[in-house]
Amino acid sequence: MRHVWALICGLLFSTGLIVSDMVNPASVLGFLDVAGDWDPGLGFVMGGAVLVTFVGYRYVLKRTSPFYAADFQIPVNQMVDVRLVAGAATFGVGWGLVGLCPGPAVTAVAAALLGQAPTQVLAFFIAMLLGFYTARLIKARQLAAV
Amino acid sequence: MHDLLAAFAGGAMIGLAAVILMATHGRIMGVSGIVSQLLPPVAPDWLYRALFVAGVLLAPVVWMLLADRLPTIQLEATLPLILVGGFLVGVGTVFGSGCTSGHGVCGLPRFSPRSIVATCVFMVFAGATVYVLRHVVGGGI
Repeated sequence: MRHVWALICGLLFSTGLIVSDMVNPASVLGFLDVAGDWDPGLGFVMGGAVLVTFVGYRYVLKRTSPFYAADFQIPVNQMVDVRLVAGAATFGVGWGLVGLCPGPAVTAVAAALLGQAPTQVLAFFIAMLLGFYTARLIKARQLAAV
Repeated sequence: MHDLLAAFAGGAMIGLAAVILMATHGRIMGVSGIVSQLLPPVAPDWLYRALFVAGVLLAPVVWMLLADRLPTIQLEATLPLILVGGFLVGVGTVFGSGCTSGHGVCGLPRFSPRSIVATCVFMVFAGATVYVLRHVVGGGI
């Protein structure tokens, strides 16, 4: 049953991206372009998501453990460091250049394979995977050196 | 311009997915982490990650079966910028320990200081990048 739930979560998340139009980079860039013809859409998406998560997490985290796992794996690190800020800034630039972040990129890949999105989406996805791979390699070396 | 009710409803679905993943697996729904750790060295808990990604990929298929066509997906950037953008998104989310879903959707409601800082930083840098592209160089690249 736990496996079915992981699949359902992905399905629900991705459907939310389609319903909210976040799968469309043009829509995301419309929000990020505050100096242009501003589209508040992404703000409403984030508002809905944060509100439901806030209420839902409050109930869920009252339990001693999740339904199908030994414990809740919540990040405990509270340190704001250079790596976090530099990483977020780098991500922000990439996001602003194209209008795709990792979630919508995966949804858009499926859309492209169905002939419902430009094939350049696949190029973005492959470049993103290369970025993941490279950064994990460097990060592992940095952590090993400490 | 956006259908703001659809935006809010879609957002609520995203939030619900985050809540269900926490309730069933005890995990933060951060897509950059879920996907990146499917690459070598593959995380021991790869199965839930792979199934989540399968669900994400399945949504457009189900949507097409029910609604005939997906909403328009429009890319404005040129191919070199798309490749650079994709690479920066990959590198940045690994070093920044998360993206819009992990830091934004899951981190903000927990009042995580790291997620609040990361979300503000990536929003500002994304906005600044769009500003430079659209209003300074004016789509010249």
